[in-house]
Amino acid sequence: MSENLLEVRDIKTFFYTAKGIVRAVDGVSISIGKGETLGIAGESGCGKSTLAYSIIRLVPPPGKIVGGEAFFTGRDVLKLSEEEFRREVRWKGISMIFQGAMNALNPVYKVGDQIAEPLVLHKGLSKAEAYKRTYELLQMVGIDPRRAYNYPHELSGGMKQRVMIAMALSLSPSLVIADEPTTALDVVIQAQIMNLLKNLKKELGISIILITHDLALIAEISDRVAIMYAGKIVEHGLSEQIYYNPLHPYTRGLVLSVPKLRGELRELAWIPGAPPDLRQPPPGCRFHPRCNVMMPSCAKEEPPLIEVEPGHYVACWLYSSGSR
Amino acid sequence: MIRLSEGMPEHSLKLDKKSILYVENLKTWFPVRRSIIDVVRRKPRLYIRAVDGVSFDIKEGEVFALAGESGCGKTTTGKAILRLVELTDGKVIYRPSKHLFEELTSTNPSIPVVDKYMGIEISRVPAKNFKPLRTEMQIIFQDPYGSLNPRLTIYEVLEEPLVIHEIGSTKDERAELVSRALEMVKLTPPEEFLYRYPHMISGGQRQRVVIARALMLRPRFIVADEPVSMLDVSIRAEILSLMMDLKKQLGLTYLFITHDLALARYIADRLAVMYLGKIVELGDTMRVIENPLHPYTKALISAIPEPDPRNRLKIRDVPIKGEVPSALMIPPGCRFHTRCVALERSPELMELCTKKEPPLIEVEPGHYVACWLYCKK
Repeated sequence: MSENLLEVRDIKTFFYTAKGIVRAVDGVSISIGKGETLGIAGESGCGKSTLAYSIIRLVPPPGKIVGGEAFFTGRDVLKLSEEEFRREVRWKGISMIFQGAMNALNPVYKVGDQIAEPLVLHKGLSKAEAYKRTYELLQMVGIDPRRAYNYPHELSGGMKQRVMIAMALSLSPSLVIADEPTTALDVVIQAQIMNLLKNLKKELGISIILITHDLALIAEISDRVAIMYAGKIVEHGLSEQIYYNPLHPYTRGLVLSVPKLRGELRELAWIPGAPPDLRQPPPGCRFHPRCNVMMPSCAKEEPPLIEVEPGHYVACWLYSSGSR
Repeated sequence: MIRLSEGMPEHSLKLDKKSILYVENLKTWFPVRRSIIDVVRRKPRLYIRAVDGVSFDIKEGEVFALAGESGCGKTTTGKAILRLVELTDGKVIYRPSKHLFEELTSTNPSIPVVDKYMGIEISRVPAKNFKPLRTEMQIIFQDPYGSLNPRLTIYEVLEEPLVIHEIGSTKDERAELVSRALEMVKLTPPEEFLYRYPHMISGGQRQRVVIARALMLRPRFIVADEPVSMLDVSIRAEILSLMMDLKKQLGLTYLFITHDLALARYIADRLAVMYLGKIVELGDTMRVIENPLHPYTKALISAIPEPDPRNRLKIRDVPIKGEVPSALMIPPGCRFHTRCVALERSPELMELCTKKEPPLIEVEPGHYVACWLYCKK
């Protein structure tokens, strides 16, 4: 337990909207070790981005973290005051590569200024020192340091994404959360960005949480995978376990729905229906209305997340009925 | 114009009996606005050459995929065929059904007919006479969130094409047609959907409505512009399988525009890969994916991630350099030469690649590629 860099226990983040409480993240526990990469996959609206924002405590209102613990290097960072968290954890310990690099950069500042800003604010460097570090960072992500004097609109999409990565690395955090880092980028650039993340992981020993809907992309880098559905984790395990031996009917559907470029051409599967409204999630197992192996008990009681083989957890009555 | 060196077989894509659509040297250039200073200085007008000389044919009943990265001109090609954007140059020939052909030629004797196979050169049909052709040529748009009017109910959305084309004389008749279309896309029971607004249904259901709308006029040819890219992976296959069922049932032909080669593999009979406004490779989908010839296709294929966890242990080798040039300044010669890794290995081609545009030639039956590597002999 103690070797885990981050350990999240039973975190709950709800959005208090006029139309009711949206239970976006509803009791999620994850852990990530040093140098490890965890992939979190799920459909849009399953709460995976909210989970990321909860870990770095940037949940936008009307969202609120209403329960749970998050131990980062041994202490519960959810208990820190906002100011303490900002000063000691955010960016220094845990940083984030935001979704949509195109829009995450400020268009009226030079990219160098934007990378240097946290260095000046957090580390108290002078502007010259900060710029020196900025050059190093740009070099590290494969951009000509002279680009520091460009504005975001002068860079291509792939370069902007690299700048976002440089920003996330500026304070040498030990954990980087990448929220859909390559969505809206073309495949060639996507492959280059993934190569960059792999190299950084190896060279810097950082831990990465990769959040995406794309299972093929997760396989590119993740050591472990967690599958989220309707605000809960339904299965998690080592990459090999998830891809070669998916157990939860939802995971199976997802894995079989990914088109492959190589290998035999088997018909693609799909999951009928649509994800539930998180204001009123279905009773029992949240997946049961879409499940193809639903049993009567599934609608009554929620399945616990149990370990079916070492390191492989699944929340489904198919696997836990015997052990109860 | 670039002249071919002698003895070079120019691509032999032809309009034949089986073709439903034939496109030759299609170009769509968008003029860039000049500032007043540029006008005073008499700077030449610049053009974004979105589609810059594309040729292919589509056989009846086929799924023809047009693939490429964003900005390569694949969507513009689809829209230019349907005349949703004006074409700058080139020929588009469509072979309508017998009754439409007769209707078109009898009501409008000046319509440009390509005699042999009852084709009509739709690129020369004036916009005001295009309407009857739209009954047979339809489009499915990419974004089901943006392509349905939020103020219209599903019923109104689907009834509109019937009203415009004066199909169904009474309201009841039209209502019946709308219900049948909803059943066809498996939105059942139809009564449950007729009076809902787009925001009240899920993304997958919305895309079904968009498909139903395209089907209202009983088309034969449909341009499907990234029909599933905005949907969750888990429901993509559902929409695709619906599209394939409808194709069989109604005898449709699809021009399937996609950026996802892995997806194309599952549905397309033939595949054309575009780069900066031109087709660089064209052939049977399986052949192109398993045996890509053009250096660009090779790079594209090597970049596609696979759901295989073994990949995390290796760095992906993507044989391409640099970035896509602007469509305003297309490199001379082969437009890919600035990024080509194969060129580095064959410096003897430098002269050719940087000066002359390679023609699309047939290197094995049905497999075309536009690259000087395959032209020497």
